[in-house]
Amino acid sequence: MRRGNVYLLIFILALFGFALWSIVPLDRNVFGREGLRLGLDLAGGSYLVYQADVSDIEPENRDEIMEGVKGVIERRINALGITESTVQIQQQGGEYNIVIQIPGIADIEKAKEMVGLFTVLEFREQDAEGNWIPATGTVTVNGEEKELVLSSRYFKENTEVTLHPTTNRVLLLFEMDETGAKLFTQISTRLLGKPLAIFLGDEPLRGEDGDIIAPKVEAVIEDKGQITGLSLVDAQELSHVLNAGRIDVPLGRWAEGEFEPSVPLYERTVNATLGQDSIRKSIMAAGIGIVLLLVFMLVYYRLPGLVACLSLGIYGVVLLGIFKLVPITLTLPGVAGFILSLGMAVDANVLIFERTKEELRGGRSLAAAVEAGFNRAWTAIRDSNITTFIACLVLFWLGGELGALMVRGFALTLFIGVALSMFTAITVTRTFLRLIIGSRAVSNLAAYGVTPVQTK
Amino acid sequence: MIDFVGKKRWFFLISWILVVIGIISLVISQIQLGAPLQLGIDFTGGTSMILQFSPAVEQSQLRQEMAELGYDEARIQDAGEGNFIIYTGEITSDEAEELADKLGTELDSQVERTDFYFVSGTVAAETARNAVIAVIIAAVAMMLYIVWAFRRMPSPFRWGTCAVIALIHDVFIIVGIFSILGWLAGVAIDALFITGLLAVVGYSINNTVVVFDRIRENVSRHIRPDFAEIVNDSLIETLGRCLNTALTTLFVLLALFLFGGATIHYFVLVLLLGVIIGTYSSVCISSQLLVVWERQEWRALLPFTKRTA
Repeated sequence: MRRGNVYLLIFILALFGFALWSIVPLDRNVFGREGLRLGLDLAGGSYLVYQADVSDIEPENRDEIMEGVKGVIERRINALGITESTVQIQQQGGEYNIVIQIPGIADIEKAKEMVGLFTVLEFREQDAEGNWIPATGTVTVNGEEKELVLSSRYFKENTEVTLHPTTNRVLLLFEMDETGAKLFTQISTRLLGKPLAIFLGDEPLRGEDGDIIAPKVEAVIEDKGQITGLSLVDAQELSHVLNAGRIDVPLGRWAEGEFEPSVPLYERTVNATLGQDSIRKSIMAAGIGIVLLLVFMLVYYRLPGLVACLSLGIYGVVLLGIFKLVPITLTLPGVAGFILSLGMAVDANVLIFERTKEELRGGRSLAAAVEAGFNRAWTAIRDSNITTFIACLVLFWLGGELGALMVRGFALTLFIGVALSMFTAITVTRTFLRLIIGSRAVSNLAAYGVTPVQTK
Repeated sequence: MIDFVGKKRWFFLISWILVVIGIISLVISQIQLGAPLQLGIDFTGGTSMILQFSPAVEQSQLRQEMAELGYDEARIQDAGEGNFIIYTGEITSDEAEELADKLGTELDSQVERTDFYFVSGTVAAETARNAVIAVIIAAVAMMLYIVWAFRRMPSPFRWGTCAVIALIHDVFIIVGIFSILGWLAGVAIDALFITGLLAVVGYSINNTVVVFDRIRENVSRHIRPDFAEIVNDSLIETLGRCLNTALTTLFVLLALFLFGGATIHYFVLVLLLGVIIGTYSSVCISSQLLVVWERQEWRALLPFTKRTA
């Protein structure tokens, strides 16, 4: 029995040591894993959710095309030198959502600008009244004749800006894919000498000077072409957008049956300074709360209280270690879940100590009372914590449905916290108490919060 | 020795008063705001942002300026240190940027937008529905669990029902309090409110189960013939644990509430209220319901009825 306790103690200390080593310093890598991952509300960053308009795509091709969209967005964000971004596709009843998390972008306009790139640009021509209407052509695709609108999705991704070697004029060079070449041939033949404007949704693209960008068609364009007459800045921007525009589905949201491009379902951008402020406040709150908690446990439960404090310390460090190694992204509600779980972790200890006190008052010996305390308290600990697990599972589901990652963060940290608290109460506290009692170091009942008079 | 079971009519009366106040508030809110609770943008769609003014400006100034810029429907919450949380209808981040710039110019202060949150109205309705479903699923799952955990007791269904009634009681009182805060102080509920509520559901049942567990143990030990006395003994035996756990949890939550910052202020408030009310209902309501059911004293549930002998 005693040898078993010593082994357990060694195991606990080893676990504690490993957890401590893995979280100090907080940004060290263990087994190639990242440091404590902070969510965007703590680290700053953007979170965007868009719906994809897949109505033009055959159902069997949708999965594959969405994967392509995901890849394009990832490459685009990475190209800006931002690492650790995540792009996910969520499929819900035939609807595709794309969830984009970009850490560290404090500048909301920059994030927005990147978002603006995700949409398809459409080319439009003028009708007799001078209104801009989509420029269309009829193309045979897979043996089917279709009327298609000329758009950025038919541009290859190698659009570039150069200066004409002799005239020094700005040139935007582009290449079309197969369908695009057929379309452009038809349209440029028809519109020779007439302007073609470029639209993002219902808004025409405008140059630096505020005028609509509407280059005249000067030659029949097949698979290659050039646009002249743009300023350098405009040309670079347009080239950027055309290269980015090879996303085969528009992203935006559905509203009353209409698709609104570029409008997200959710958008959250948090400034990094606010995140740091939140971290500072959380740490202070946690510190104050924990000190109060420890003082209370010491004063009320004395020696077992001290043991509970030790076991709580191990609990906190191991929990952070788990967060780091899994890894779990810590959000502000997640931190609240962590702090709440600290308060609740005491619960199992309290249950056991109260039970032990009762057994002592009932006249049992110290060792017997502690064992009985643990055994009797176990059903209550188990049954009561399972209800918290149920709540966490429901929350986790809800968080997924909402697209609100904050809810999931809370549910996950609370779940892990409560599970671990059961382990520490049963294993850590019990081992410490057994060792202390076994060593007969402290046998005065007053140290256990029971005055001898109370024993019958 | 405190007679928790004997005082049950008083406890029920207190709870009825709280519940009735809640209902009145829900009605007032429905009339004033058009919804029983002040709904946040998670449920209605819209934009919320935190603007940081340096030097700090007065909330009244800001409100007036917002109204002049055409945002008279906006709700403004002072988060201290020159920070304001502003809730408006759906406005894009471009429009928000423009608004922030104008406010800065008009109020002669540096403005920084530290947090921007946009929720599309198209998903908000679904969110509200999912939130209600989540609370119902949680309640049913807990009930089933308790029925299973107490399957060896006579009529386990009774235990589950009493625990869940206590749970609904807790949720209702918290919803009532937030309804009052809604029309009185403009506090809106959001996804985090629902999160807090579900955490409270877990916590409250957790407490109830600890008490029930003790009753279960004492019943099987046959220490007393009378069920009501067994329940009272069990309540007194578990009282220390219930209060101490509530206290330790309250310590950390109170620290979070006071120092944790404005973003999670009301989330922590839900948890704080939940711990207090959840502890109250575990000690004063759920077990007493068991006794009422056992004795078939249904009249005891209602206030102002004559005491049965």
